[in-house]
Amino acid sequence: MLYREAGQFKTTYVADQQIFPILQDRLFVLAVIVVAFVAVPMFASPYLYTEILIPFLILSMAAIGLNILVGYCGQVSLGTGGFMAVGAYAAYNLWLRVPEFNNLIVVFLFGGVMAAAVGILFGIPSLRIKGFYLAVATLASQFFLDWLFARVKWLTNYTPSGSVAVGKLEVFGWHVDTPADRYLLILGLVVVATLVAKNLVRGHIGRSWMAIRDMDIAAEIIGFRPLRTKLTAFAVSSFFIGVAGAMWAFLRLGAWEPLAFDINRSFQILFMVIIGGLGSLLGSFLGAAFIVLMPILLNQLPGWFGIRMSTALLSHLEFMVFGAMIVFFLIVEPHGLARLWAVAKEKLRLWPFPH
Amino acid sequence: MTLRKAVLLGASIAAAGLAFASTAQAQNEQFIPGLIYRTGAYAPNGIPFANGVADYYALVNERDGGINGVKILYEECDTGYATDRGVECYERLKNKGPTGAAYVNPLSTGITFALTEKAPIDKIPVISMGYGRSESRDGSVFQWNFPLLGTYWSAADIIMQHIALKEGGFEKLKGKKVVLVYHDSPYGKEPIALLEQRAKMHGFEFTPMPVTHPGVEQKATWLQIRQNRPDYVLLWGWGVMNSTSIKEAAAVGFPRDKMFGVWWSGAEPDVRPAEGGAKGYSAAMLQHGAGQFGVHADLKKFLYDKSKGVAKFDETGEVLYNRGLVNAMLGVESIRKAQTKFGNKPLTGEQVRWGIENLDLSAARLKELGFEGMLQPLKVSCADHEGTRAGRVQQWDGAKWVVVSDWYQSDDKVLKPMVDAAAKKYAEEKKLTVRDCSKES
Repeated sequence: MLYREAGQFKTTYVADQQIFPILQDRLFVLAVIVVAFVAVPMFASPYLYTEILIPFLILSMAAIGLNILVGYCGQVSLGTGGFMAVGAYAAYNLWLRVPEFNNLIVVFLFGGVMAAAVGILFGIPSLRIKGFYLAVATLASQFFLDWLFARVKWLTNYTPSGSVAVGKLEVFGWHVDTPADRYLLILGLVVVATLVAKNLVRGHIGRSWMAIRDMDIAAEIIGFRPLRTKLTAFAVSSFFIGVAGAMWAFLRLGAWEPLAFDINRSFQILFMVIIGGLGSLLGSFLGAAFIVLMPILLNQLPGWFGIRMSTALLSHLEFMVFGAMIVFFLIVEPHGLARLWAVAKEKLRLWPFPH
Repeated sequence: MTLRKAVLLGASIAAAGLAFASTAQAQNEQFIPGLIYRTGAYAPNGIPFANGVADYYALVNERDGGINGVKILYEECDTGYATDRGVECYERLKNKGPTGAAYVNPLSTGITFALTEKAPIDKIPVISMGYGRSESRDGSVFQWNFPLLGTYWSAADIIMQHIALKEGGFEKLKGKKVVLVYHDSPYGKEPIALLEQRAKMHGFEFTPMPVTHPGVEQKATWLQIRQNRPDYVLLWGWGVMNSTSIKEAAAVGFPRDKMFGVWWSGAEPDVRPAEGGAKGYSAAMLQHGAGQFGVHADLKKFLYDKSKGVAKFDETGEVLYNRGLVNAMLGVESIRKAQTKFGNKPLTGEQVRWGIENLDLSAARLKELGFEGMLQPLKVSCADHEGTRAGRVQQWDGAKWVVVSDWYQSDDKVLKPMVDAAAKKYAEEKKLTVRDCSKES
């Protein structure tokens, strides 16, 4: 009834090629952005910022990065944690060693560029290796990068414990110290990154990725160069992941060790992409929300209902229910939460008079 | 399908709504958060510690009616030893109670590092008893960190002193080979700096060997040890890693009496799984050892006889349980100290920080508290956030831990310059202003 596109005529190509061709979608997304930038800072508590919104946004960005590679280009990667670490440590070293660049935007972009370079390097084998075998090859990158940051002392500025810390962060003279400042900075970066990603995946670059994903031989025959296409996917994907890694280290953790980017991080982000929906930017956000928020929610839920139980039981329950929910969602909708959302929209179009 | 989805949607909306519901709070209570772990790879060691902490707070409430009438409100949060989850727990708990958290015990070096950055902003002191950053003992830079009773540098120094004593002096260490098997995390890496320094001073060969979390796979490490034939192996492990190391040592035939663990590698859950293989293995003591002391009689009278204890009474003399008691006691006494200045009411983290920094426990006071025999007197000050640097060594005789050494004092001639240099570097890196401790009262 409300969600209906009847009467919305497109008279120009520009209108027809918009990101959101349906008026209601446009309004909805605009409303979400306005709420996130204006309404949230009016009522949010520090806990909501630091433990819910900031991790959600940063990992959404990492999931977008991985989704470009896995969902759009069909190259399975288990090296996400490693690429995040490259972004984090590259950013740290620039921040530490070149004080003139004490601007987080510059620092983060440098982290992203370095991650992209490393991503291209580890993407080269993808020309010959496919599917699960590629996953194993990228796993090697994860272990190598873990090793690198734990062993090469220069990268961690010779700290005895290998843990590095950052402080006094600023962007063009704006000190991002409070959780609210950090949230706004991250939100801004994530919105820009999402816009860039959306335009990439619906343009000719994204189409070339999808052609490679759907059938690489056919794509090659119609004129896409597999090497270049795959490596651009690796580069763009790693860039996003690297920026996310730098944000995770600087704005979420403040002090970190290589363990923050270990293999579990790679799996966590791959699960976000799979549960959220392969080949969908919305899915990246939904998947991140599910994986980040659900365990915290499950852990606190009994307390809100006033049910007292032991800490151990609570933790065990959290694991069991969370696991069961993953299985449940994958059975109900194997294409991820994004597909669930799409189905809901289809239904909404016909509501309240379905056929 | 649609019904199922509707139910799901309803449930999630209800859950989201509840997220903002607040809970009622009592006014005359001091809130203390507990970042502990009863699940995961480190649970065998985390559980007894958590039990000790919980029991001591319960004892203070039951026996004394709180700290000078201010009841302790204690809430646990399971971190699973994961840094990000630990930070989440901290953020969740830091503002609870009428005045927020009095202090926080991260019970993980990784979480301590993360909270070190947050403490000055939130004004909540971090008590990392026997762990955390070694240089954080310098209170002029690390105003909010309290590595009470000993840092890893102290621990490593005490172990080296013990080895030197066995060999007949530090000069006899020349040419010897010492291997450190460590948990590959900030925790395990902390002692390396001191051991390298000692190796340089005395001319022994020092090799660090990392073990990846959680430490159940150590075959390669011990194969290397078998080939290198070091004279001594130091163990810096936690959780399952400890028992695995001891079992592997037994498997490759490395003499267990040449093997020394840090105080986090010297509890019952570490040696029991190795059964006979652990006999002769030694570990540093964070002052106290196993066994039941004065405070345990009170625990029995006020908690266990009324079945209010969280553990079994037989388990209350274990090393890690006792460490939980000590940890909780130091916190409670710090609050008591702070109350002398700020009044007998719930205090903020900032006020409790003053209490910790001025904590002074005499032998008589320790006896009164029932900790005689577990702790030596300690005095914290602005310049020294450690309080004391004394430690002993204990050995597992196959059935129980036996204290085999006298008290050692870690050598401040070696430690102090390292602490100063590391703290100075940290202050410079973070662009911090350093307090002048000579002007502190």
